[in-house]
Amino acid sequence: MGLLTNLRDSILRVTDGLFAADEPKRIGIYGPPNAGKTTLANRIARDWTGDAVGPESQVPHETRRARRKEDVEIERNGQTVTIDIVDTPGVTTKVDYKEFLDHDMDKEDAVRRSREATEGVAEAMHWLREDVDGVIYVLDSTTDPFTQVNTMLIGIIESQDLPALILANKTDLSESDVTQIANAFPQHETVPLSALEGENMDEVYTKIAEYFG
Amino acid sequence: MPGATPDVDGGDDPADDGVRIDMISGARMEGLTSMEKIRLILDGVREGNIVILEEGLSPDEESKLIEVTMTEISPDDFTGIEIETYPKPNAGNKSFLDRLMGRESAQKLTVIGPANRIETLHKDENLISTLVSRQ
Repeated sequence: MGLLTNLRDSILRVTDGLFAADEPKRIGIYGPPNAGKTTLANRIARDWTGDAVGPESQVPHETRRARRKEDVEIERNGQTVTIDIVDTPGVTTKVDYKEFLDHDMDKEDAVRRSREATEGVAEAMHWLREDVDGVIYVLDSTTDPFTQVNTMLIGIIESQDLPALILANKTDLSESDVTQIANAFPQHETVPLSALEGENMDEVYTKIAEYFG
Repeated sequence: MPGATPDVDGGDDPADDGVRIDMISGARMEGLTSMEKIRLILDGVREGNIVILEEGLSPDEESKLIEVTMTEISPDDFTGIEIETYPKPNAGNKSFLDRLMGRESAQKLTVIGPANRIETLHKDENLISTLVSRQ
């Protein structure tokens, strides 16, 4: 039964993809907390629609709900690619409200933020299994990419056969090391960028059109 | 629940004197549903134990483990899990049939513990070094 169910699911995924070819693809922006996912989502949305997606912050788990920006039309090489971008909460396996106390919050606010953060991570995982057609995986190029969350998420994305573009963000910082990210996930292409400064966005858009068009 | 961790208490809680480690064989996990595996892991971890899986979880199960863990986090009680496995071999090594059928090799030693008791000191392709503290 399991074999038949898997085969049926695989065929359904392929046929769904064929029949939904004209629909904008939902591209989830995933990654660990504070990698710059919302900064990237805002950069893409502002460049192509003039609007932002959500507030950016240095405080972890600023994004606690998945936010979708629909019908983002990206023009590349005379062609237009239309996608919905979904900015997701940073994925983690642990949330301790005490970490927020270091960011000028009282206990009540910290507890509320941690509760919302846990709901957001659960929601992000659900989106990944059910509701996205491709993934932009954002990593902070100043930090070690060999974390369990990165390993698991890349594995989950690969197991879903979702197209995935890995972005090494924060290249404007002196500690940035794009090579360590490329070495950590050699099976994927890594594109460097600074979402904050808008560095290398041309290549990012070309790759988005190539991967998700 | 099938596969639940047996009670090894002999009066006083042995966890008071040290750290309990449950090493769960692949055979024991075989036949459990995804949710039964996740429950087995989280029940052990929430008791303060370190759970070592001989064969690990599938990516889909890992995804659900994160999701269920998030729903169980509560202030001053449970802050989540620390989980470590060796990085997965290149996805390109999977056979065509495996990819077509969505089959994943889940054979990867996996260590899971309470986030407030286990800390990863070093991790690379061949070595995972962790520090486990008492409660």
